[in-house]
Amino acid sequence: MDEKVRLKGTPIKRFDETITVERSSTAKYAWTAGQAISRFLVELKKGKLIGRRCNKCRRILIPPRMYCESCFRATDEWIYVEPIGTVNTAVVSYITTTREKLEKPLIIAVIEIEGTGGSGLFHYLEGVNPEDVINRKVFGMRVKAVWKPEAEREGSINDIKYFVPITGGEEK
Amino acid sequence: MKMNINLKNRVAIVGAGLTLFRRRLKETPKELAWAAAKMALESAGLELSDVDAVVIGTAPDAFDGIHMKGEYLADGSGGTGKPVMRVYVGGGTGVFTPIAGWWHVASGLFDVVLAVAEEKMSPAMPHPQSVFAHIWDPIIERPIGPNLIWIFALEMHRYMYKYNIKKEDIARVSVKNKRNALDHPAAQLGAKITVEDVLNSEMLVYPVQRLDISPVSDGAAAVVMVSEHIARRITDSPVWVEGVGWSLDTVHWTGRDLAYPKYVECAARMAYKMAGITNPAREIDVAEVYDPFDYKELHHMEGLMLARKGEAPILTREGITERDGDLPINPSGGLLGVGNPIAAAGMMKVTEIYWQLRGEAGKRQVKKPVYTGLAQAWGDLMQVGTVIVLRAG
Amino acid sequence: MVSLLSDVAIIGVGWYGFSPVTLEASFREMAFEAAVSAYEDAGDLDPRKDIDAFVTCEEDYWAGISITDEFMPDQLGGVLKPVYTVAGDGLQGIASAYMKIKTGLFDTVVVEAHSKASDILTFHEIMNFGFDPLYTSHIDAHPYYLAGLEANYYMLTSGVGREHLAMIVEKNKRNAITNPLASYGSKLSVDEILEAKYVVYPLSVMDIAPLIDVAIVFVLATKDKAKKLSDNPIWIEGVGWATETNYIETRNFGEALYARIAADMAYRLAGIEDPKKQIDLAEIDDKFSYKELMHVEALKLSNRYSSHLDLERGEFNRNGPLPVNPGGGFIGIGHGLEAGGLIKLLEATLQLRGEAVGRQVKGVKRCVVQSWRDIPTATGAVVVLSNEEV
Ligand SMILES: [Zn+2]
Repeated sequence: MDEKVRLKGTPIKRFDETITVERSSTAKYAWTAGQAISRFLVELKKGKLIGRRCNKCRRILIPPRMYCESCFRATDEWIYVEPIGTVNTAVVSYITTTREKLEKPLIIAVIEIEGTGGSGLFHYLEGVNPEDVINRKVFGMRVKAVWKPEAEREGSINDIKYFVPITGGEEK
Repeated sequence: MKMNINLKNRVAIVGAGLTLFRRRLKETPKELAWAAAKMALESAGLELSDVDAVVIGTAPDAFDGIHMKGEYLADGSGGTGKPVMRVYVGGGTGVFTPIAGWWHVASGLFDVVLAVAEEKMSPAMPHPQSVFAHIWDPIIERPIGPNLIWIFALEMHRYMYKYNIKKEDIARVSVKNKRNALDHPAAQLGAKITVEDVLNSEMLVYPVQRLDISPVSDGAAAVVMVSEHIARRITDSPVWVEGVGWSLDTVHWTGRDLAYPKYVECAARMAYKMAGITNPAREIDVAEVYDPFDYKELHHMEGLMLARKGEAPILTREGITERDGDLPINPSGGLLGVGNPIAAAGMMKVTEIYWQLRGEAGKRQVKKPVYTGLAQAWGDLMQVGTVIVLRAG
Repeated sequence: MVSLLSDVAIIGVGWYGFSPVTLEASFREMAFEAAVSAYEDAGDLDPRKDIDAFVTCEEDYWAGISITDEFMPDQLGGVLKPVYTVAGDGLQGIASAYMKIKTGLFDTVVVEAHSKASDILTFHEIMNFGFDPLYTSHIDAHPYYLAGLEANYYMLTSGVGREHLAMIVEKNKRNAITNPLASYGSKLSVDEILEAKYVVYPLSVMDIAPLIDVAIVFVLATKDKAKKLSDNPIWIEGVGWATETNYIETRNFGEALYARIAADMAYRLAGIEDPKKQIDLAEIDDKFSYKELMHVEALKLSNRYSSHLDLERGEFNRNGPLPVNPGGGFIGIGHGLEAGGLIKLLEATLQLRGEAVGRQVKGVKRCVVQSWRDIPTATGAVVVLSNEEV
């Protein structure tokens, strides 16, 4: 098919140039969280981060799973981990979920949780400037979770408000 | 996996069809599927009554706004009263649909199979982006309110960090593909732009800017796949399916190596093994590599082992991936230039390799003689690679 | 079309659920449990090494996740392996796996399907979203109106009465009583069944199969692998699937054409010329009671418009000459969205292995299994199974 072929299709610029029929779905669900995620959410509400350890590959899976996808076996035990990690990658978002402009840009990061053997969490990062993301200073930075006040926690990933850099001398 | 030792039947592509790719098309999804399917059948010199079975590829139902979209598309795809099956691997579906077509024929069950891919993203309101909100884990990820571009930006930035890649080297991909698309009759965004244009375009999620991204589109594509004895009868230039491969990584993307698409490598190894390819960079003459974002073309070239890790930007900078280069990548104009009606865009890549291998790509025809080509797509939650290797007959 | 019988075998099955609600497990955890059982049953396979490809059967709107394929590899042992989704019924997934093995490229293929129907709060609204947005979505009614239309037409032309529908319900619910996997078994008289409230005339709540949560995993293999790994391989002799049309106005309401086309294909592959004689047991889609009668005819197990007469004579009873749904069918077991076909395939597999606890039919050698993709589709699939190698 060379460049001169005329293909089918009638481009339109706006919806009002053609006839449309509106329809919306009322699809509603109550997702069963299951064994692993239920416990994860309960612990988040308590201000704790918990994973499942696979005794074969020795990884701690976060978010927890009752099975290890790598070894294909049931995971062995619950294990608390410190909500501390290093920034694997980070970006600066200037738009919302639905693509509107944000007044104050957001920083989003993947954080490798320490001691897990590679489990990462996807969350907001505060306390750094967009420039530090753009010049990649934040890569490899140690960060810790900042929790919502206990009364506001509801058993959600958002019980962690965001992660912030661990400043010198703060090490425990 | 044992490979290639017991393969019973060869499969050829003998016809291809496309519609225009545009932000909004007036045609319904069925009508788009029909237009592409009809063009594919006519180009093969076959009738619908010759078709034994139909394979449909289309990505989320929520775009078109129809539950069980494959059922809805069956008529328009030529499936009335026939065995029809819809296969689905998210964004990888477009290349996966002819892979499924391959086993329909290679199994010996069918002689003539029509593989049709369709996507109509424009009906989703208020914006197709709102559909992407539902691809995340509903309990652990959706409450954070992610935007689709976030994860790609996270991956792109990790890739840039690990191999110290500059944004302008990534932008060259967008410049090349949009320019290539000027010669593609389906193209939505063919344009002459510069690296500066990309770097000055609206910043969405650093490091992703507007001109780094392929557009939202409507469109359809189709290919006709037949058994060897039919191919020999109806054409002098069949294009053989020599290798197929696909691989799906864990859904837990935050634990993966974001700098390297291992899933693409696994898919490629499977396809190369079947096709007897041991040195892909030398043996693949032309490739359509999945490029919904400009960095993805580079990322995928490395996963496909067409470039060493971190070196695809160098090949691009040196012009090797241009149409007149040693390893032309996306001579069609890719998703960045032709458009991205998801499943249809992936299959558009297969149609381009088909036309390139037959020497029918007109101004898009790459300069060097081509014998072996490859098309690849990527999808789900940044986790699937689909690869098909084709050879001129 | 060329085919050899006994090329492809079922060597392992596993399941979890078979229950109206499964609050204790997510769909991923359910699938993991089913997969572990299936691999054990298949001769202690390790999916990380021993399985060549994985098929999952599902639809986005049933899961409430766009691209639900994403969530499938981990719990099946399929990470970084060839995994994909068939957006269709489990039997279409089996057909897809069957074709892959027939290519010669794959030795072992896994097929998974699940239903987490209890997670869905607006089941019928989602079903309505499957109707054509331009031609049929203006009808603001319960989606089962389509079943009512079809049932009425079929009953008028075939002479089937409401009492025949009740007899199907009576049979299937009674069969389910002794099936440990069945959730909806009960002993009711035809008269009691006829007293139930209508949902859409002529169908009452009794005529409509209820939903369950379930995850089912099958392991398919080549003949060579099957003989090495399994003591009781069940041979897949034929597969077929078809879509009649998506335009409901142009469908033939008098016969289930999709099932007829699918059965013709499966019988041709299996070399079956006289299904009535050559089939010992049938697992037939009964999401609605009348559909069992239509499907039995489409599969040529009764003559057209005479399945109700065969039913009257007790031919489809568990101890009759051609048991139909001896485990209770969907009406007695419950139906499981895209896992529906695999529920039926599991029943047939257990019957052929002689492991159908509480509902075993004696001397079963060849079964036909059939599924339909529910309202609003005219799509279905058929599989022919045998426990004798040919
Ligand atoms: Zn492990």
